[in-house]
Amino acid sequence: MSNGNVVEVVDLHKSFGDLEVLKGVNVTVAPQELVFVIGPSGSGKSTMLRCCNLLEQPTSGSVLIHGQDITVAGVDINRIRTHIGMVFQSFNLYPHMTAIGNVALALRKVKKMQRGEAEDRAHQALRRVGLDEKALSHPNELSGGQQQRVAIARAIAMEPDVILFDEPTSALDPELVGSVLAVMHSLRDDGMTMVVVSHEMRFAQDAADRVLFMDEGEIVERGTPDEIFKNTQHARTREFLARVTDH
Amino acid sequence: MDAFAAQFLDLEVMQRYLPDIIDGLWVTIALALLVIVTGLVLGLALAVIRAFQIRVINLAIVGFVDVFRALPPLVILVIFYFALPIIGLTWSGFVCAWVALSLVLASFAEEIYWAGITSVHKGQWEASRSTGLSFVETLFYVVLPQAVRLTIPPLTNRTIAITKNTALASVIAVQEMLTVAQTSLAYAANTSPLTMAAIGYLLIFLPLVILSRWIERKFAWKH
Repeated sequence: MSNGNVVEVVDLHKSFGDLEVLKGVNVTVAPQELVFVIGPSGSGKSTMLRCCNLLEQPTSGSVLIHGQDITVAGVDINRIRTHIGMVFQSFNLYPHMTAIGNVALALRKVKKMQRGEAEDRAHQALRRVGLDEKALSHPNELSGGQQQRVAIARAIAMEPDVILFDEPTSALDPELVGSVLAVMHSLRDDGMTMVVVSHEMRFAQDAADRVLFMDEGEIVERGTPDEIFKNTQHARTREFLARVTDH
Repeated sequence: MDAFAAQFLDLEVMQRYLPDIIDGLWVTIALALLVIVTGLVLGLALAVIRAFQIRVINLAIVGFVDVFRALPPLVILVIFYFALPIIGLTWSGFVCAWVALSLVLASFAEEIYWAGITSVHKGQWEASRSTGLSFVETLFYVVLPQAVRLTIPPLTNRTIAITKNTALASVIAVQEMLTVAQTSLAYAANTSPLTMAAIGYLLIFLPLVILSRWIERKFAWKH
């Protein structure tokens, strides 16, 4: 059975045609842990994240959620996904629905809640990200930062065991990044288990329990933020950090 | 000018044939509504089935759609009316026109809906699936509402263009407005009934054009 880890990625391989994007990745995420994944673009970090809820099907290896291998045949992936929230780089809010409609959709259709109950829960989630007053706004009426916070509300409303963040601030104007990171920080403080792929090194320094550095489909180095950012043992990590912090 | 008025605007002739033209008008309206509803619903159903990406079925859909988009509607109409009885199917001219035009509209509509479905960003599917909605739920709650909105302008244009083809039913003896006008024209030896038919078509299709413009505005949203 489970050894207590929320997510366990075991010897994960993924190829797109001839291109091997993941070459045997192992990751464990303990409850309430924030695991931060850094690495150059094309290093496979987003693909690794997307394998955790099977938006990408691994070529080989396994992904365990609370000890259950979700890559084997016969798994009810829709049910598993209700336990795994995901936040995307491009927000992906539904443009034909209001903010509260976005948050309530899965509550109603997947958790089968009545409209009133779903909306109560959705309001709670929107309050949690500080946007309840925008409940009736459509995505096109919100700033990028607000849209991303609604997307986070959509994820937390399902009360998942872990949330995967795929470059959540990369599409935002610099002045809007802070509000999204603040929400993520407060989720962390409340004990949400999180896996974050991002380039926000300062956030990683502040909030991460562990940092993984990925390059060319492998995890090159892993450690605490201090170990990675201040005392890296690898030339590749050092080069990458120099490149991203230089400007 | 007087010669023109006598030929096209003879009030006495118009008055005499007005009841017949109105009968024809109702047939045209009934046929048009049936074609619009059947064609748009069938087209949407085909596009939804196509979204399941089952190879054999998709080949059949694409084959059907391409044939019915390629053939002139008049040819389809005539084939249905004159060829189907040979294989034992005897449909009235009205039913032939209804089925033939519905299939043509369904073919064009399927392609338009399909283009709409494929133009919905992949991230919409992923966001929905990541919260546990199934493929079918995602298609109906997330993708189709966006796809249909995107398709409203081309769809209304195509719907009007094909629905006007109800006039083609005059070649297979359907007593729609143009048939009645032509018959009256022959009896009266005067083209004024045709003028009435033209007015009749404007009465039907002008509101449809205006309605489509209203729908386009209502369902447009800024990205």
